[in-house]
Amino acid sequence: MNTAPFRICTLLAALFLLAQLVGCAATPPLRSHEEPPMHTLAEFDDEKIAHVDDPWERFNRRMYTFNYNLDQYLFLPVVNTYEFVTPKFVRTGVSNFFKNIGEICTLYNSVLQLRGKKAATTTGRFLINSTIGLAGLFDPATSMGLKRQNEDFGQTLGHWGVDTGPYLVLPALGPATLRGAGGIAVDTSVHIPLIDEVDLDSQVELGVDTLKGVDKRHGQSFRYFQSGYPFEYSVVRFVTRKKTELAVIK
Amino acid sequence: MKHLPLWLTVFLVLLPALGRSAEGDYGYPISGSYEATILGTPDALKPVLPRDVPIRELVLEPLPDLEKPRVFFYDKGLRCSFARQKTRAPLVFLIGGTGAGHNAARMVSLTRALYGAGFHVIALSSPTHPNFVINGSASHVPGDLAGDAADLHRVMRTAWEKVRDDIEVTDFALAGYSLGGTQAAFVARLDEQQRSFNFSRVLMINPAVNLYSSVERIEALLDGIPGGPRRIGTFFNRMLDRFVEFYQTGQFIELDDEFLYAIYRNRLVSQAEAGALIGLTFRVNSAGMIFAADVMTGGGYIVPKNRVLATTDSLDDYFQVGVRLSFFQYFDEFFLPAMRARRPGLTREALIDSLSLRSIEPYLRSNPKFAALVNEDDFILSPADRYYLRDLFGERTRVYPRGGHLGNFEYTENMAAMVAFLSRTDLPGGTAQ
Repeated sequence: MNTAPFRICTLLAALFLLAQLVGCAATPPLRSHEEPPMHTLAEFDDEKIAHVDDPWERFNRRMYTFNYNLDQYLFLPVVNTYEFVTPKFVRTGVSNFFKNIGEICTLYNSVLQLRGKKAATTTGRFLINSTIGLAGLFDPATSMGLKRQNEDFGQTLGHWGVDTGPYLVLPALGPATLRGAGGIAVDTSVHIPLIDEVDLDSQVELGVDTLKGVDKRHGQSFRYFQSGYPFEYSVVRFVTRKKTELAVIK
Repeated sequence: MKHLPLWLTVFLVLLPALGRSAEGDYGYPISGSYEATILGTPDALKPVLPRDVPIRELVLEPLPDLEKPRVFFYDKGLRCSFARQKTRAPLVFLIGGTGAGHNAARMVSLTRALYGAGFHVIALSSPTHPNFVINGSASHVPGDLAGDAADLHRVMRTAWEKVRDDIEVTDFALAGYSLGGTQAAFVARLDEQQRSFNFSRVLMINPAVNLYSSVERIEALLDGIPGGPRRIGTFFNRMLDRFVEFYQTGQFIELDDEFLYAIYRNRLVSQAEAGALIGLTFRVNSAGMIFAADVMTGGGYIVPKNRVLATTDSLDDYFQVGVRLSFFQYFDEFFLPAMRARRPGLTREALIDSLSLRSIEPYLRSNPKFAALVNEDDFILSPADRYYLRDLFGERTRVYPRGGHLGNFEYTENMAAMVAFLSRTDLPGGTAQ
């Protein structure tokens, strides 16, 4: 499994190259059989609303659709089955368990950003939930007033001034930014050796990874194209971008 | 609850209980029409609704053999929500307000409340929602109350055909809010002519009396923008900057209700700005509606005529243009010509007059199966409109002193009133089937 970080990095690098090749997607000019509409943007002298630069839009939109199909034919049926066969307290326990492991990611990223208070809170949470919370199945730390913090390597990069980079829709993982994607690659490559330390049987490991994926999708209420709003892609892009920016501020 | 400080929650909860004696002591706490509209009802003042309501999605094809452009590839049909009782029960159809989907928050709340009170519920998107424009509207040009009513009625019949073997229904009722409330009146009238469902109760929640004048009032909200409505983009960006700056300084982690209430408490937004934000929300919805209508009718308004949009094409420019078009432009440049194509000689004035409850007044006046819930400070109505609704339905029009437009929709007392009216058996109405 130690080649995994390498493989993820390779995959991301390939994606970026592909995105570059696909190029940008401005509104195409009129073709011969088309007639100009009554209203175009040229007539308005105003800033754009919720505008986000998207040089890889064509690629991103393709990936957005790909994820929609992946959801329809794979993830959502699996998640629905999971929700059907497991009682709610089990699902909550599973979510808590993976979130507790995720505290490690928040912890080292808080440290890397020299955020002492966040690091202390997160350490406290991890210790309490891993012990009293029975290996993370429960979350007593929150009721003790230790709120869950959220840091990842993408935010760490942002903290030290790395630019957000272009908007990027990742396969399966969904809307992100270039910096966020790099962050995911690093956090994953830290996570994998950690799991390796536990020295699980590879079959079990695969099961745990799968459960983690299912739990993650289960925890996200977002559904591609669910809004029916024709400009959903642009709205999601704007929200993703703003959330990324705000996360670095905090 | 978890968002508000405890003392505030307790205070808010106690308020309505303190002042039950006089009608003047309505417990919905947010004064200010725009504030109420934006903030809605604090969680602590919402009713406790049944948790596990079995809501499932129905996908309908009310217009068979419909050809959909590729850009709507994700659209598999008209979606609506269905909550089914296991026993014999009345069935309520709900119609959403402008731009609302069948699963909008208010629709889900009312569905749950009605389900808890023993109703089957079918919730329909507003005819202005893109999914309805594409799949439900025969003309694909929303805004005509008679046409929208025919579309809604067809969708209801299609939905009923789909579920009728699964449920036992005693009788039918109808409810809608905002534009959906106005449409409900037209649907009920059409239904009586067709002798189909024969709705026993029709509830109109914060309805418009005349669409055109309500639209005028909503458009006027955008006059609060520095530089006027044509600077809507600049306005949005400046407001956003202000919120981001505020977020930076406060102790916020999530962008949730707590953040929203903090903006309110800190008076970060002026009256004019709050109004303009509401106007902007309407415009964002209307951009989706205009785009769907334009594409479905071959383009030429904001999309080039004959353009075949690919699924990877950027739609940003259409969004930017759509948001900047006023309702008046849509009315004069798109809607009126489309109506004239079907009704030659139709004048602008005649069309405006037809978009009013007044055009079906003989049917509505004193009709015991109707009721309306209205707010004194709802900005989509004029004082004359409010008077008209009182005059039309008498004591079955209830006027709340606060709430703006739909702000008090989820307030306990309001939801109770909705359920209570639809459950009333003491009024003469349609006969049960």
